[in-house]
Amino acid sequence: MPLSLPQVKRVAWLARIEITDAEAAAAQGHLNDIFRLIEQMQSVDTEGVAPMAHGQDVVQRLREDRVTESDQHTLYQAIAPQVEDGLYLVPKVIE
Amino acid sequence: MDWETVIGIETHAQLSTVSKIFSGAATQFGAPPNVQACAVDIALPGVLPVLNKGAVERAIRFGLAVGGPEVISRRSVFARKNYFYPDLPKGYQISQFELPIVTGGAISILTQDGEKTVRLTRAHLEEDAGKSLHEDFHGMSGIDLNRAGTPLLEIVSEPDMRSAEEAVAYAKALHALVRWIGICDGNMQEGSFRCDANVSVRRPGAALGTRREIKNLNSFRFLQQAIEYEVRWQIETLQDGGSIQQATVLFDPDTGQTRMMRTKEDAHDYRYFPDPDLLPLVVSDETIEQIRCELPELPQAKRERYIRDHQLSAYDAGVLTSSREVADYYEDLVKALGGGHKLAASWITGEFFGALKRAGLEISQSPIGSRQLAGLLQQILDAVISGKTAKDVFDAMWNGEGEAAAIIEAKGLKQISDAGELERVIDGVLAANQKSVEEYRAGKEKAFNALVGQAMKATRGKGNPAQINEILKKKLAR
Repeated sequence: MPLSLPQVKRVAWLARIEITDAEAAAAQGHLNDIFRLIEQMQSVDTEGVAPMAHGQDVVQRLREDRVTESDQHTLYQAIAPQVEDGLYLVPKVIE
Repeated sequence: MDWETVIGIETHAQLSTVSKIFSGAATQFGAPPNVQACAVDIALPGVLPVLNKGAVERAIRFGLAVGGPEVISRRSVFARKNYFYPDLPKGYQISQFELPIVTGGAISILTQDGEKTVRLTRAHLEEDAGKSLHEDFHGMSGIDLNRAGTPLLEIVSEPDMRSAEEAVAYAKALHALVRWIGICDGNMQEGSFRCDANVSVRRPGAALGTRREIKNLNSFRFLQQAIEYEVRWQIETLQDGGSIQQATVLFDPDTGQTRMMRTKEDAHDYRYFPDPDLLPLVVSDETIEQIRCELPELPQAKRERYIRDHQLSAYDAGVLTSSREVADYYEDLVKALGGGHKLAASWITGEFFGALKRAGLEISQSPIGSRQLAGLLQQILDAVISGKTAKDVFDAMWNGEGEAAAIIEAKGLKQISDAGELERVIDGVLAANQKSVEEYRAGKEKAFNALVGQAMKATRGKGNPAQINEILKKKLAR
């Protein structure tokens, strides 16, 4: 199932990546190479094999419910482009 | 022609952990902006999420309460839900998609037609986003990430509700349950419990209509109003020959209307995939069993027990199990009384709730504790005072005048149960009210009540009403 050029552009837009037409064409080639590899892998018989959700066959460790972090917002906000009253300021986006 | 309303509800319940779901930052409400947003919450490069055991335990508690061990997934997976918004610093929300921690279960609600079961589709763990403030920042938006990473349990119902009233009954039952099992404080003003309603209409028996989702309803009243408006709007649209487009809408409490937020065409494409930063969550049978042992008796079980063992009405049993605080109060009361279930129930649901409501108090703020109320009810059971006098004593107790026994003593309210004394009083009443006596003997039942009233008046309300009744009947029968 090869990807069309509009599909490549849509994926780029969803990821907020700006690409030129030339870059989109190149990305289409790369992505379709990966898709061909996946198609090849899909010919393997996986009947009865439970899908893994992670590359490593280990399980999640849990943290105790305790507050371990202290307030460091002035430090974090030192690298923010704009702050006011402890808030990060960003261009207005209203959904 | 009739229309049938179909409603499903998604609820976000904020879990009552002290720290966030994937970081050790605090979750306390109302902190100054960003002081509770750590490196993980604001998504600095290189940080990794570590799952909070307290959040997992609360989700398990919920699963046990709505369905038992079989609805809890022994293995569940966290996924990334991708979208861009300034209050979501990672560019994705960590949620659960294909393998949620709870699958199935049910909540029972009380409707006009009796008890009804609302099935649950699932409940999954996820993190909350931060908050955007759009006012007063010279055309910019202010971002507070304190809420980012707060643990949520999203509870999804099947489309089993058929009216706004049923939707509200479901939301209330769910709200009471999450508070009952101690997983969520249920504070709706602070956003700890918020509902989205999926609403559609159809001809009875037809296939499901196209639904519109009303987002972020944070009060039961808004839930009711929003659904009622939406149902009316959908029916009118269809009757005018229009069609319903799948959409997300917002409810405006000021106008009482819903308005379009986005249509299906510009719906988000979330591109869910398993989060490589988190491993599968595995829950053992032992863990589930241990949590099950710590679970309090559930409202449903209590309700049934009160009806069966305490002979309470379904209504009283329902009211007494509306919250754990109320049930605890009732149980402490009957324990102190050593019985008197019906008396206790009628006093709590009547006089006591009335006083709380008038004073605008929660049960935890009541000036009369369960042991004190037991002291008062004991006086009724011992026939020291009548139920009527008890109400005056109750008012005095409410005003902080002390314990029931002391008030009765100080005010001389002890009822007269001395048969000789009551007979003397009643003889006087009969002599003075010959007209009523004749009317009664002529078959007018009402005249009897007038005589009882006169006897109560003559004893200044202190005559034992049961005894007065008895003596009067005896004397009139002659």
